[in-house]
Amino acid sequence: MSGQIPILKVKGLTKKYGEKIVLNGIDLEVEKGKVIAILGPSGCGKSTFLRCLNGLEEVQGGDILLDNESLINKSTKWREVRQRIGMVFQSYDLFPNLTVMENILLSPLKVQKRNRSEVEAQALELLERVGLADRANDYPRQLSGGQKQRIAIVRALCINPEIMLFDEVTASLDPEMVREVLDVIAQLAEQGMTMLIVTHEMNFAKLVADEVIFMDKGNIHEQAPAEQFFTNPQTERAQQFLNILQF
Amino acid sequence: MTFDWQYIVDVLPHYKTALWLTLKLATIGIAFAIIVGMICSIIQYFKVKVLSQIVQVYLEVARNTPLLIQLFFLYYGLPKIGITLSGELCGIIGLTFLGGSYMAEAFRAGMEAVTKSQIETGKAIGLSNLQLMRYVIIPQAFSYSVPGFGANCIFLLKETSVFSGIAILELTNTTKNLMGIFYKTNEALLMLVVGYLIILLPLTLFLTWLERRVRHAEFGN
Amino acid sequence: MLNSGISVLFEGVNLERLLLGLLVTLRVALIAVVISIVMGILIGIIRTSKSKLVQILFKLYLELFRIIPILVWLFVIYYVIPANFDLNLSAEVVALIVFSLWGAAEMSDIVRGAIISLPKHQTESSKALGLSVSQMYRYVLIPQATKRCIPPMINLITRMIKTTALLTMIGVVEVIKVGQQIIEVNNLEHPTISFWIYGFVFFLYFVICFPLSRFSRKLERKWAT
Repeated sequence: MSGQIPILKVKGLTKKYGEKIVLNGIDLEVEKGKVIAILGPSGCGKSTFLRCLNGLEEVQGGDILLDNESLINKSTKWREVRQRIGMVFQSYDLFPNLTVMENILLSPLKVQKRNRSEVEAQALELLERVGLADRANDYPRQLSGGQKQRIAIVRALCINPEIMLFDEVTASLDPEMVREVLDVIAQLAEQGMTMLIVTHEMNFAKLVADEVIFMDKGNIHEQAPAEQFFTNPQTERAQQFLNILQF
Repeated sequence: MTFDWQYIVDVLPHYKTALWLTLKLATIGIAFAIIVGMICSIIQYFKVKVLSQIVQVYLEVARNTPLLIQLFFLYYGLPKIGITLSGELCGIIGLTFLGGSYMAEAFRAGMEAVTKSQIETGKAIGLSNLQLMRYVIIPQAFSYSVPGFGANCIFLLKETSVFSGIAILELTNTTKNLMGIFYKTNEALLMLVVGYLIILLPLTLFLTWLERRVRHAEFGN
Repeated sequence: MLNSGISVLFEGVNLERLLLGLLVTLRVALIAVVISIVMGILIGIIRTSKSKLVQILFKLYLELFRIIPILVWLFVIYYVIPANFDLNLSAEVVALIVFSLWGAAEMSDIVRGAIISLPKHQTESSKALGLSVSQMYRYVLIPQATKRCIPPMINLITRMIKTTALLTMIGVVEVIKVGQQIIEVNNLEHPTISFWIYGFVFFLYFVICFPLSRFSRKLERKWAT
């Protein structure tokens, strides 16, 4: 796989809230089909980094290149970019006023103007895959947290994105529901989806990630193949971080 | 205090007509008020230039002046500068003008209750601002606003009594006229109170029930 | 045409009469507001009582004023009392009675709401400190509840002032009635007079109510916790 042109390139990305520097010149290259786990203590800027990639935060410096095209300029149509970079949030945020199916179909039909029967078929297939085909006509309030989060993933997938961003998607779930959501993401990894995953689930990161990025205080402190990062972290900060988590 | 029951039976048809007129004008006025209110709060939500300043002035004027004066101005004042409106039309316009500002407040609170993360999620799946409004913000804000809308409906229904000042034959004015003709004060006023109770009591109870239901079915994300 | 109307407004004693009418309006409002606040605080405190009977009785009183329009109350008191009890009340007194009863009911709801929204441990710790009930209200509950009460009370006062417009309907000679008298006298000569008079009264109400509602919003924001 090496030598391939990266689908996503980040150069010196800088984000400030007033005087406070949240991202201090982030550099990263993501090759197609790679799964990257982003780890780090809370407040290290990892979520902000993902949000920048999807245009939810304004950045103060650096560049983001999707297929070698810069996204950091006035003419960027984020609505189009977001159809190529899907994102799932911690709070899942299904639209409570719409059924599961309506949630999933909203963007494909209204934004992408695709054919209804084709999208419906795809939605059903995806729902099948996450084990929720029978809940298509339910409202979000009738579902558990884990089910809602799986639906949120399906909703993002149905737009046919090339990259998926996962922002602590299991952080607000009860422990027994974490597994069902991580299984879905692991499945996607097997199918070769390019993904950036911010997570606190170390075992999960170890299992699915090709590469790990360790962030602290707005910087990338360490970037290494997952195997190597977990067995033999190079920086002191990463060692401390892993130690704390392992007692 | 004595009542002439036969008289009450005799004038019943007058009250029936008046009750319907009250209901009709209130329903139309309230419907328009909700539309005006929603438009105003959407304009303010997006901070549309100039328009949102105009809306602000309208809200302040409508909320800080009595309906009776608004009606007098429409009914007696405007014809003198060449704009003549029928009493009923004045009533509907007045109720819409006043009610719109109250409904705007209720809907603004509803829109503010839609969480930031819902809006971001909408953006993340590529919705345009207009689509975001239509499929996410407005439907949710609407359910959040139901209690506020309900309270305003009761308020506006009661305000229709003020229509009696501009010769609309709704409940209050009918009563006044009948008192003037027959001097059956007790009977007429009893019917007036009963008339409002017939409209407002069920509505109050219904809204209490609805509010509890809406709260019960809270989205809870 | 338009100008002739507006000139009447400033002719002779017309403006002075209107402003005197406004004073009548404000006099009713002010007296009713003072009575409402005093009674409202008392009733509000009584309504925090645990007695079901007390709660239901005062709730009924409040709902009666919430469901029946104020104009209807004005008519009922104005016409029913003289017709049945051989007691002649002036329109202004009727207005004072209705506005005070209404205001007290609404004020009591504000006061009660503010008191019961105070955290329970405030009551408990005052009791634990050995304060008597009246000391508890005086030093603990009332000072805290006051901040929550004042913005909605100002809103209610604004509403009461706006509602004084109805006084003209039972014949109180207040600002609107005076305006109508001026219109009647000048209508033939200056047809646009009603546009200007009603416009002016509209403006007067706005000038009084707008600062009040602004002030209440400001306090609300300042005291929001």
